[in-house]
Amino acid sequence: MDVQLLTYIFVGASFALYIGIAIWSRAGSTKDFYVAGGGVHPAANGMATAADWMSAASFISMAGLIAYLGYDASVYLMGWTGGYVMLAMLLAPYLRKFGKFTVPDFIGDRYYSNVARTVAVICVIFVSFTYVAGQMRGTGIVFARFLEVDVNVGVVIGMVIVFFYAVLGGMKGITYTQVAQYCVLITAFIVPAVFLSIMMTGHVLPQTGLGATFVDAAGNDSGQYILDRLDGLLEELGITPYTDGSQPMINVFFITAALMCGTAGLPHVIVRFFTVPRVRDARISAGWALIFIALLYTTAPAVGVFARTNIIDTVNNTAYEEMPSWFKSWETVGLIGWLDKNGDGAVQMGPKAPFEGKPEFAEDGSVGEHGERVVTNAPVEGDAEVYIDRDIIVLANPEIGGLPAWVVALMAAGGVAAALSTAAGLLLVISAAISHDLIKKQINPNLSEKGELLAARSAAAVAVVVAGYFGINPPGFVAQVVAFAFGLAASSFFPAILLGIFDKRMNREGAIVGMVTGLTFTFSYIVYTKFINPDPSIWWFGISPEGIGTLGMIFHFIIAYVVSRATKAPPEEIQELVESVRVPRGAGEATAH
Amino acid sequence: MLDKSAQAYWKRNIRVILGCLAVWFIVSYGFGILLVDVLNNIRFFGFKLGFWFAQQGSIYTFIVLIIFYAWKMNRLDEEFDVHEQ
Repeated sequence: MDVQLLTYIFVGASFALYIGIAIWSRAGSTKDFYVAGGGVHPAANGMATAADWMSAASFISMAGLIAYLGYDASVYLMGWTGGYVMLAMLLAPYLRKFGKFTVPDFIGDRYYSNVARTVAVICVIFVSFTYVAGQMRGTGIVFARFLEVDVNVGVVIGMVIVFFYAVLGGMKGITYTQVAQYCVLITAFIVPAVFLSIMMTGHVLPQTGLGATFVDAAGNDSGQYILDRLDGLLEELGITPYTDGSQPMINVFFITAALMCGTAGLPHVIVRFFTVPRVRDARISAGWALIFIALLYTTAPAVGVFARTNIIDTVNNTAYEEMPSWFKSWETVGLIGWLDKNGDGAVQMGPKAPFEGKPEFAEDGSVGEHGERVVTNAPVEGDAEVYIDRDIIVLANPEIGGLPAWVVALMAAGGVAAALSTAAGLLLVISAAISHDLIKKQINPNLSEKGELLAARSAAAVAVVVAGYFGINPPGFVAQVVAFAFGLAASSFFPAILLGIFDKRMNREGAIVGMVTGLTFTFSYIVYTKFINPDPSIWWFGISPEGIGTLGMIFHFIIAYVVSRATKAPPEEIQELVESVRVPRGAGEATAH
Repeated sequence: MLDKSAQAYWKRNIRVILGCLAVWFIVSYGFGILLVDVLNNIRFFGFKLGFWFAQQGSIYTFIVLIIFYAWKMNRLDEEFDVHEQ
């Protein structure tokens, strides 16, 4: 069977599975819709959290990012996993004991203030929309690559599927589809990685293969460690060795901290821990989540090293006519471009970009002397002649490893699963913030259970449409999702929730001023350094926009502390509430409302 | 107000958390970032040790930490009789 047909079958079957699950687990009450009835097994919740967490970007782009950044990419690996330690110890168990539906719910109740609740709602909506637009775009891109439809058509197909199970099933539908989506995406990621590891090092586990010796195509062990080999290859090309960093240490430190605290503070992650039955389940569920996430996150660095070593070995100084078929097929798609600067008919790599930007090809489809597509970009000075898009690292793995066609089809299903699962989780958080925290808690407190469920479904439906619109017409800020989503979560939610649990004296005034300070500072810095004056030399202490959330968080802590001590202590019943979230007993009795 | 035992429970919880977060900080920010150049002089199989902590070791340690914390707190919950029935 050809790849195209297999891909349709795999993706179609996975969609049928998700929709089937959605119908089987549709929500009957607001508790079902917001927190899946609160009865999800901790391991299942861990798996759903992992799918929720790992987006299209984690699936498609992360290994490529690591492959090109080397040690510098450690910030993502540590940052996006280390947050779960804080979640397990500092946030999840107490929020589960608190036993409400949403993050703004906790902020609003703990700080006895609808102003605080509204600030939280606005922040949830901004963070989640930034994030979800990228996911919808990601779905479109996966469709475009594998099914050869237009990106926008792909976005619309994604919208329809998410619409169906998020609107119908709510959190309950999402949870069990996410479990299925995790299984699809992890298989799709691991299978090619294992084959690649066997091919390059003879190790079945990519994690140990990464520390093993390189085995050449004929099967002879070179006796040289693969990381040393890659370092050497890069040095020959005049590129910083793979295992060395090129970023200032303070920036690495700040980005890691912002990603960790941001992870722990992201509403669509936190809310997953409201779905388990007990406090003890919330603790271990974070462990399950991290185990499932680590499967991908410890494999990705190995994939990066294997693929990059293989690409340099195969491509550098090889005549264009002798390139393997994957090189030409990705050139056809436009993710590879070659400009024969020295006219020797062979492809050279180098430290700089070969030409400016992504390859643009002659519109008449003309080919050069060796049969390559003619690149029209302005050349950059230097020896480098070839542009290889980072996304190829994962997408081309099955072809590079010579794997059967069904693996390629599986990759397509995996990419779509990663994008859909994250999008659904985010849309749910948006709809809950609107129907529960805005409508039920502020505009119309007399809303019936049925009315609230309808409001939640309508809000989810509207959110899907808005997210789809952003996916088709991505605004500039969407590309900065790492800076915005993690920076804002780290500087607003994370400190506000942490103080709400660990500092009994923290009051309404401190929380509101703290949140607004953290948000405004972080938001302004990112906007200024990304859009108004994108010049790294003006960064404070060399801190990039991705890491500034850490500084925003520090400001938040300091200002919240000062303001809270200068104003009145929180009322007696709030102090009792704080004491009650600190002990597990009684969580089962905590009711919805 | 909390009785004495609940306060003692909370204190023990904080102590466990601080212990775990100390390890969390050392493996990631310590070994993976601040001391990475020093540790990179040491070989761990085919890895430079600092690099291994930054891209593999810290993640494994995080998992162990969460499991340890969950186990330890379950025992503390029962010791102080605040566990869920």
